[in-house]
Amino acid sequence: MELLCPAGSLPALKVAIDCGADAVYIGLKDETNARHFAGLNFNASKLVKGAQYVADNNKHLHVAINTFAHPGQEKRWYNAVDQCVDLGANAAIIADIATLDYATRKYPDLALHLSVQASATNTAAIEFYQRNFNIKRVVLPRVLSLHQVKQLARNSHIPLEVFAFGSLCIMAEGRCYLSSYFTGESPNTVGACSPAKFVRWQETSQGLTSRLNNILIDRYHNDEKAGYPTLCKGRFNLDGQIYHTLEEPTSLNTLSLLPDLIEMGISSVKIEGRQRSPAYVEQITRVWRAAIDSYMQSPAQYQVKPQWDQQLENLSEGNQTTLGAYHRSWQ
Amino acid sequence: MKVSLGPLLYYWPKQQTIDFYQHAISSDADIIYLGETVCSKRRELKTRDWIELASSLNKHNKEIVLSTMALLEAPSELSVIKKLCENGEVSIEANDLATVQILTEKKLPFICGPAINCYNAQTLKLLINQGMQRWVMPVELSRDWLADLVEDSHKMGLRDQYEVEVFSYGHLPLAYSARCFTARSENKAKDDCGLTCINYPQGRLIHTQEEQQVFVLNGIQTLSGYCYNLINDLESMHDLVDILRISPNSLNSLETVTEFKRQLLQQNHYRPLNSSQCNGYWHSIPGLGQG
Repeated sequence: MELLCPAGSLPALKVAIDCGADAVYIGLKDETNARHFAGLNFNASKLVKGAQYVADNNKHLHVAINTFAHPGQEKRWYNAVDQCVDLGANAAIIADIATLDYATRKYPDLALHLSVQASATNTAAIEFYQRNFNIKRVVLPRVLSLHQVKQLARNSHIPLEVFAFGSLCIMAEGRCYLSSYFTGESPNTVGACSPAKFVRWQETSQGLTSRLNNILIDRYHNDEKAGYPTLCKGRFNLDGQIYHTLEEPTSLNTLSLLPDLIEMGISSVKIEGRQRSPAYVEQITRVWRAAIDSYMQSPAQYQVKPQWDQQLENLSEGNQTTLGAYHRSWQ
Repeated sequence: MKVSLGPLLYYWPKQQTIDFYQHAISSDADIIYLGETVCSKRRELKTRDWIELASSLNKHNKEIVLSTMALLEAPSELSVIKKLCENGEVSIEANDLATVQILTEKKLPFICGPAINCYNAQTLKLLINQGMQRWVMPVELSRDWLADLVEDSHKMGLRDQYEVEVFSYGHLPLAYSARCFTARSENKAKDDCGLTCINYPQGRLIHTQEEQQVFVLNGIQTLSGYCYNLINDLESMHDLVDILRISPNSLNSLETVTEFKRQLLQQNHYRPLNSSQCNGYWHSIPGLGQG
């Protein structure tokens, strides 16, 4: 079981490796990846340093090239693949069919991981990508129940990577346009959801309000903790009832599912959060390393330690966590 | 340009659905898509019923297409797709690459639906090589994006090998989730939903706390709060678009088909949009805007 940690910067990459990640995933400093935020990601010199650090420690480097190539600008996505190969990365995480096609033809030896943004949720879709692009791993969207993940693991004959912890995307990834509906920019086209440049905070007589491109996402009472206004976590009005219509601010936490995931043969657990700080990456990596090691030492005795849960909750959106779609009752 | 009636996205009682298509067959639509695209629990019409309905509609002078689910999570859902693909009579709109895979294995042609991520001409080329005959553009893309893509496909010598269809009227399908938001709106879990979508024949409209329409909840699908309407944009579709899609939510949608047909014949006839309509995506601005 690989522990795959996020690195939005060189310090985050180093701390992830130092604290026990088996692999890290990074993105270039442009819209070819789905965390295209100001101040984040790797320019050419940081890429080289990062790749060297990972290699020196005998760990693995994955490069996310997981947005969709714009017509006439495909070269930017193809260049990202070239850079990934030049770096000696162990895998490219790709969503776009054009980019997969380029990578397969030009670099038949490059390990291609199907990005979560490709939205492959069943055996036949996985076969499509295997047949056409000889993908070596699939990152599963956060829409499957634990039972469905198990069925896929049994029936698909390809290594699977699942999200284990982090901000919870509640929609099938790669198939959500809520962000572009509000702002014109979406994960697929620009590599960002609810982009920060559209966020406005305002103190009003009715409390603190958060807006995305001027649309009211939430209004907070004085005793409430305000969260980033991701639009699927807003409080809206349905027939006079105001509630988190789609989802509350919360993070996915699957520590309690770790034994199931290992026993069903999942290859890698992925931690979300390239946009988070090195301090976040450090704490998350330590907890997950400890949990995996604890299971490996004595599977029958594995128990989630209260301090692990406590640490993870403190790092979570809204200070609460959920099993998300893995647990049927969430659905 | 032709006008199509997209698949009914909502869950209606069986007889109401059949009645709707009986009216649709005598409407002005050139193409009729039908079938369940949102949730496999919706079984007022079972797979066999949809195939029979498609077959009966196919005896009239219209193109009939069976549309398929976007989010496929269970082996049982793939079995349904296989049955639909084996109908032997009408073509299939694929909304997941699983369906493309199944059709390719059977060497059958297909229509690439709006829920498949085709964003550039290279992707289009690969899909054409697998049997794609028509491409329904993802709803978040603009006229400029489409023009660039079509231009590229010209250069690649592909333009005469596929048709372009654009979602032109109706609430836009924006997202799919594991969670059922309609069940959640009644404090129910999906496994215990009681098929409550049937109580909301046009979905459940939600507003911001400032009374702005934001979304329509339709089971696991989230639709735009505003109704997309490209009636004033038909001229800008010339040489780019072959088919306009009207997404139905009532019998009135058949009149919308007629209005679009009429608009195609009238040049420069501007019809102002009302405040709960939008056309932003086409104009390269936020989807909910008016350009």
